[in-house]
Amino acid sequence: MTEPTPQTAPPAETPQHTGVTRRSLLGFGGAGLAALAAGFAGGWGTAQAVPAASASTGSTTGVVPFAGAHQAGITTTAQDHLHFAAFDLTTTSRDALVDLLRAWSAAAERMTQGLPAGTLGPVSGPYEAPPDDTGEAQDLGAANLTLTFGFGPSLFDDRFGLAARRPALLTELPHFPGDTLDPARSGGDLVVQACADDPQVAVHAVRNLARIAFGTAQVRWTQLGYGRTARTSAQQSTPRNLFGFKDGTANIVAQETDDLAEHVWVGAGDDATADWLAGGTYLVARRIRMMIETWDRSSLREQEGIIGRTKGTGAPLSGGEESTDPDFARAGRGGVPLIDPASHVAMAHPSRNGGVRMLRRGYNYTDGSDGLGHLDAGLFFLAFVRDPATQYIPMQTAMAKNDLLVEYLRHTGSSLWAVPPGVAAGDWVGRPLFEA
Amino acid sequence: MLRQLPRLRPALFTLPLLGTALVATACTPNSAATPDGTGTGPAAVTVTSTADACTLSTTQVPSGSVVFTVTNDGDDVTEFYLLASDGLRIVSEVENIGPGLTRDLVVSAKPGDYLTACKPGMMGDGIRAPFTVTDSGADVGPTGALADQIAAATASYLAYVKDQTDQLLAGTQDFVTAVKAGDDDAARALYAPTRAHWERIETVAESFGDLDPSMDAREADLEPGQEWTGWHLLEKDLWPPAAADNGGTAYVPLTDAQRAEYADKLLADTQTLHERVHADDFPDVIDAAAIGNGAKGLLDEVATGKVTGEEEIWSHTDLWDFQANVDGAKVAFEGLRDAVGTKDPDLVTTLDARFTDLQALLDQHRDGDGFVLYTALDEDQVKALAAAVDALGEPLSRLTSAVVL
Repeated sequence: MTEPTPQTAPPAETPQHTGVTRRSLLGFGGAGLAALAAGFAGGWGTAQAVPAASASTGSTTGVVPFAGAHQAGITTTAQDHLHFAAFDLTTTSRDALVDLLRAWSAAAERMTQGLPAGTLGPVSGPYEAPPDDTGEAQDLGAANLTLTFGFGPSLFDDRFGLAARRPALLTELPHFPGDTLDPARSGGDLVVQACADDPQVAVHAVRNLARIAFGTAQVRWTQLGYGRTARTSAQQSTPRNLFGFKDGTANIVAQETDDLAEHVWVGAGDDATADWLAGGTYLVARRIRMMIETWDRSSLREQEGIIGRTKGTGAPLSGGEESTDPDFARAGRGGVPLIDPASHVAMAHPSRNGGVRMLRRGYNYTDGSDGLGHLDAGLFFLAFVRDPATQYIPMQTAMAKNDLLVEYLRHTGSSLWAVPPGVAAGDWVGRPLFEA
Repeated sequence: MLRQLPRLRPALFTLPLLGTALVATACTPNSAATPDGTGTGPAAVTVTSTADACTLSTTQVPSGSVVFTVTNDGDDVTEFYLLASDGLRIVSEVENIGPGLTRDLVVSAKPGDYLTACKPGMMGDGIRAPFTVTDSGADVGPTGALADQIAAATASYLAYVKDQTDQLLAGTQDFVTAVKAGDDDAARALYAPTRAHWERIETVAESFGDLDPSMDAREADLEPGQEWTGWHLLEKDLWPPAAADNGGTAYVPLTDAQRAEYADKLLADTQTLHERVHADDFPDVIDAAAIGNGAKGLLDEVATGKVTGEEEIWSHTDLWDFQANVDGAKVAFEGLRDAVGTKDPDLVTTLDARFTDLQALLDQHRDGDGFVLYTALDEDQVKALAAAVDALGEPLSRLTSAVVL
């Protein structure tokens, strides 16, 4: 990789409704812990907490600006709910694609302020016309809504004349051992990640964007998520995943501008054919179903052994508390390490993964049951990285082969997206890609 | 869907919402979400109507899109009018505002002198006052010929409905003859082409509330104890299902007497439809809104019934119905084309393109004089059709507002 991009502007997506700084909101010291956010259950260390004045606690009035040097919804304090939607373009017109991105950007800029998607709103306009906003988010506030847009590898085929501008790293993810991917939950030309503290606000945003897209793009698949699995504030208790373990991964946070530049934001010069992506990032999205019922039949000993942490406090099995560094050398009776080298916490440790970090932003999901009486539930894994080839693929390859947890996981959906940089107020997302 | 639904909303709308809507300007591209197309948002005028006053927040606005937000603070139902300076010609109006409610009137206003009028109690000339639209330089389309264009559209659509009903009646006579004669091959061949005449004017037929369930009910539409009659009953008898597709029980064919009874009833219902459409008072229900809403309704029929293969579950001739619904919507749009072009030429361009796209896709599935069966379509083909229907349905939902005052 080349030199990190200097960050000339602070992250713009600090919630405006509060006087406390982003740092105090996030409360992470974290730099000392090169903590990798791998998959589950706090692969590894949570950070030292820094006392802070107050925490963001699901206020629905917060506004996260749409405009900024980077797109919102990446370093933004993780909201509680997700609606993730992948689209396939039904047009082959480049102009129509550009018009869609313009229209989406304008609507996103409005909706993220808590305004209706259109200028007339849900209860105005001609009485004989359908309103230009669908109306279910009235009175709900902005709820810290963020809308983050990305481009899939298929966008760079021969339809729109973009093939020569495809980032070299933007290819379909390889087949990992054990993958049972459903094509109907994978891939796509365009993606929208909607995050908000109110689920209806997130759903409203995607619904209105899909409506704007009719005639240009068709929803390919969507995923609802709840219960953020990334801990972003010291004041928030570490969230638990559906296995019941604390998912207390230490993310790269907004203030760690050096780490963001090194591990998250694509730098100018990273990819000569895709300079338009500078200031953007790659998004890995994986739908990881958890085999809930068989997990629930495993003993507490097995569960804690597989994760490498206690189920109660989240402390590593080598001792201490949740925030204590795991000691992989510490052995118990018979010289056997207290933390199994194939446990999830060990597999996900940076020392096994070249020291790389990623910015995780996943959510739990529950999509009813599977017809056999089993929950269709798990983790919708979302991670933002500068280079998926070094920051995701090797780690997932190793985990798919060796991680004890894999027995209880099925990767059922997969996609990789190039997330363009942020936009200035009034501008449209992705413009650098189309205007050479 | 000729039925007009004069449903009033609770007064959820509040002025601050509109106020903030106007602040957020940015560069707004042409999109479904910004029907005014200017991106700057319309001028806003609040109107308060009481028993003896009609209070406007301003009596002068720049030309272009203007939103009058009319609140009824009186005890009677009120109306609000924007009138030409002669006080006679109605430029636009909003009716049926109940006490305590607020409704919007959106006008594309050209520069000039006007009159506003609140009409509490819906009686008399109303409480009138001068209103001025200054020249903003914004391009506001001509509106003078609109009434004539709509009159022409109404006349031609009425003729179309009558013609389709004529053909439906003639075709149904042949179909019924074949059914009663036990000539199943002939009846099967006549089934889809005859129904096309019904499907082309389906929303009109549905406006006669009693005929639609009697003539076009699907088995799944029935409530317990309801007698099943009409096209789909005979469809099932002509394409009898295997037991596995019939809820696990063997299908029992209709007796000759039953066939004759149901066939005669279908013919009698069709004659009733024909009489009603040709009645002297029928033209009264065909107006621009009816035509525009009918076009949208036909696309809704496609989106919810035909593209899913639920309409013709035994014959699988859904694509014939699909085509006929699209035909009917296209005719409705063509009739309104000039009127729409006067007020919203971009919508005409979009609808032309979307109709063309959808027709091209449908044409891929032609087979002889008709179409392949729905069951011959694969998942991707259905998905492509659904996308094209959505692509057309969304702008078509704005047709009515583009042609009514």
